Amino acid sequence: MDRLRLQSKPPSNDDFTTLPLYRSAPSFEVRLEDFELYAIDRLRVLKAISDGLSRGKKPEEMDKLVFDLWKANMRHPLASEVINKDIISHFVLRLVYCRTEDLRKWFLSMETALFRYRFQREAAEVQKALMAELDLPYKAVRTAEFESIKDKLGQVARSLGQSLPTAGDIIYKVPFEEVPELVAGRRVFIHKGHAYVAKNQVVSLVATRFRSLLSKALILTNRKWTSTIREDEKDRLTPIVEALCTSYLGPDYSQSKEFAEISIKDIDQVAKSSFPLCMRHLFEKLREDHHLKHGGRMQLGLFLKGVGLNLDDALTFWKAEFSRKVGSERFDKEYAYSIRHNYGREGKRTDYTPYSCQKIISSTPGVGDHHGCPYRHFSEENLRAALFRMGVNGSAVEDVMEKVRNRHYQLACTLTFEAIHGSTYDVGVNHPNQYFTDSQKIQKAKGHSSA
Amino acid sequence: MAREEVENARDDMIIDGQMKGNGAFSNDFNPNLLKLYYGKLFPHADLFKWMSYGNDGKHPACDKSYFGRREFSFTLDNDIYVRFQSFYTLSELENSIKDKCPFKIDIGPVYSVDPAKRHAYAQSNDKVFTPVERELVFDIDITDYDDIRYCCSGADVCLDCWPLMTVAIKVVDTALRDDFGFNHILWVYSGRRGVHCWVCDAKARRLNNEQRAAIADYFRVYQGNENSNKKISLSGPVLHPFLARSYSEVLRDFFETKLLPCQQLFSDEERYEKILEMIPDESVTSELRGKWHSNKRSSNLKEDINCVRWEQLKHSLQSGKQKAQGLRRCVEEIVFSFTYPRLDMEVSKHMNHLLKAPFCIHPKTGRVCVPIDPIHCDEFDPTTVPTLSELFEELNRGGHKIDGIDEWDRTSLGESIRFFRSSFLQPLLKSCKEEMESSYTAKQRLANNSLSW
Repeated sequence: MDRLRLQSKPPSNDDFTTLPLYRSAPSFEVRLEDFELYAIDRLRVLKAISDGLSRGKKPEEMDKLVFDLWKANMRHPLASEVINKDIISHFVLRLVYCRTEDLRKWFLSMETALFRYRFQREAAEVQKALMAELDLPYKAVRTAEFESIKDKLGQVARSLGQSLPTAGDIIYKVPFEEVPELVAGRRVFIHKGHAYVAKNQVVSLVATRFRSLLSKALILTNRKWTSTIREDEKDRLTPIVEALCTSYLGPDYSQSKEFAEISIKDIDQVAKSSFPLCMRHLFEKLREDHHLKHGGRMQLGLFLKGVGLNLDDALTFWKAEFSRKVGSERFDKEYAYSIRHNYGREGKRTDYTPYSCQKIISSTPGVGDHHGCPYRHFSEENLRAALFRMGVNGSAVEDVMEKVRNRHYQLACTLTFEAIHGSTYDVGVNHPNQYFTDSQKIQKAKGHSSA
Repeated sequence: MAREEVENARDDMIIDGQMKGNGAFSNDFNPNLLKLYYGKLFPHADLFKWMSYGNDGKHPACDKSYFGRREFSFTLDNDIYVRFQSFYTLSELENSIKDKCPFKIDIGPVYSVDPAKRHAYAQSNDKVFTPVERELVFDIDITDYDDIRYCCSGADVCLDCWPLMTVAIKVVDTALRDDFGFNHILWVYSGRRGVHCWVCDAKARRLNNEQRAAIADYFRVYQGNENSNKKISLSGPVLHPFLARSYSEVLRDFFETKLLPCQQLFSDEERYEKILEMIPDESVTSELRGKWHSNKRSSNLKEDINCVRWEQLKHSLQSGKQKAQGLRRCVEEIVFSFTYPRLDMEVSKHMNHLLKAPFCIHPKTGRVCVPIDPIHCDEFDPTTVPTLSELFEELNRGGHKIDGIDEWDRTSLGESIRFFRSSFLQPLLKSCKEEMESSYTAKQRLANNSLSW
């Protein structure tokens, strides 16, 4: 009973390269312990990638990180087993992370990131083979066409600080939809619907395709999971699968558990003592302007929900502020809906979860917006002033600024936490609600010891 | 002259989006006239034709369920908001609009199933109810420019700040056509303080959220929020071809010849300080500050002080001493901060965002949401867009209905509807038909092949 036949499909062509595309499930037998151990090893890699990305590591740093992680966790005493371990662990985690939208999203991002860094280290021939296998039949543009757009390509290359393209360079012409990430960053020349992708950018094209295939596969896996696997495997795989994801992703802070509820009358006080800077800033702006734009309402509103503000209190709280600016009638008409929506009482009826640091750091606040991560989005001057108002002084400010300069925004927030609470905080800040909960714990402990 | 006075009187009544006094509506809007408007003037059939994308025809490749899967959403009197309405035929749509008389009609995506019956599908776990097509849309709102316009604020707009919208249309329209290769683009005045853009090419309608976000990001240059000094940071030794073209073909000229004098960007200390803040070099700013502070009055009256100071600023930043790349780039950054289009990103990024239908009447201004011709957008004047009451004056003046002529043809709405048809709807439907034809023949060929095999 401790052996498991995963699926009997013919082996894919994946075998001839060391970087598999995971197009079909493996057809060999796996020991049940390996099933779990391999998955945990891969999860370590994915988790560390996630941490690296959320700390704003640069591409070169990420490349090294992924390479080291892979070597440390995914080796196997038998050389022949290395590729099997890779494939098995991927498919096990697919099962683990197919079950909700959030899990799928996380897994998709991390697997794509992993694939991307591994792809970049492959030799040109292997890269070519992988492209063909992913049905990316793009041909390099011909010399005549190249000459006609050479100036524009040069302009793009220079805008990115790269060397100019020469006639021998391979440039692929692809529909712009195939390379959304290059379009978003204005890293390609786009003309009449076609993006001109340089050879060193091909990874983006490949990763996008990899991602979309995996995304579709995860939906299918989810269907299979809910319709058959969960029930069929309820004594064997299901417990392993369910344990695997909860133990590693951490809590989502959608419901505040430890401090059952906060009430409106305490909110000013706890905002001062236990809100992280991003939330404190939004809170103060709301009190000051009696208004926040959409991004700010979402970031603060969901945070407050996680802190334990119930729907009725949330409505009262937001209304008290907004009605001073837009009148209570307009509040009821235009804003109350979205607050109920956050609590899952309107629209799709999803109970939305508070934003994590990663999400907040990667947000893009615009003119008139106050959301985002202050450590990332404030100017140095404004950040210093804000830290001062929080009670961070002297060398602690310089330590924070140092982290900010190195783009370690969560570490900067962690240092702020330590300075304010006068205690070390080794776990580090990953979520504003975690900051809040741990701050409250420390405050309560202090209250007890002094009483 | 008399007309202008009426306009001004009405503008004074609008404060922060709300009407002062007892009258709930401006003179130009009332529900009775709206009912008449939907009855006599609103181009129901054109809206239906457009949203059908050729699927209302007799061609065997037509998807008969297509129009019926589109979400319409009505805002009724008293701000009752009714979402997920759907209609199968032109008469169903037309009757419902005439009957409910919505203050606002919003258009949503085409879903996988009839949105009105979405609950029937909610039981299954497969997420059957999901948006499958949606025009790529853009929403640009003059209120987002409040930090750089001194003539108006909030929902108000005048001929001194409206050109910011014109510039936005030019920059975005050119990129959508030349860069992204889209052809079927409709620009619409939002009725009050901004413009909407509908990109209707089949390829645009089928973009997924990630691809929409990528296009929105392609247009994004704003990085700062309210707490950073610089709202714009243009990195790299040269600009991307899209930004370079926008700058040299539209933004620079508009900034120097129009915005600078119109908005008096350097006229007093508070204003020029805001611009100096964007220059990171203390020696440059203090030199300029000194110059402007002392010779306040002595400047030549013939020359506009704003233009003089801008030239001085450019000279200091671009002179030989300022070799540093970053400082030269400052001139461009200032121009971009003041003129580059400010898009509401969220609207463009997601398929399921609703957007107001063209030819609606804005309930606060009474103005019709008319299409804007991007080629002649310089000539568009939001203050002369017909209002509901003006349309009916025109209709009354024109005497009785003449058989065979649409009622709108006797009003100033006629021009807008004719433009909508000839420049947008007809070319769009032509290409829908061609696409349908070619995909059908491809399928036929495939079917034939498999038979012979």
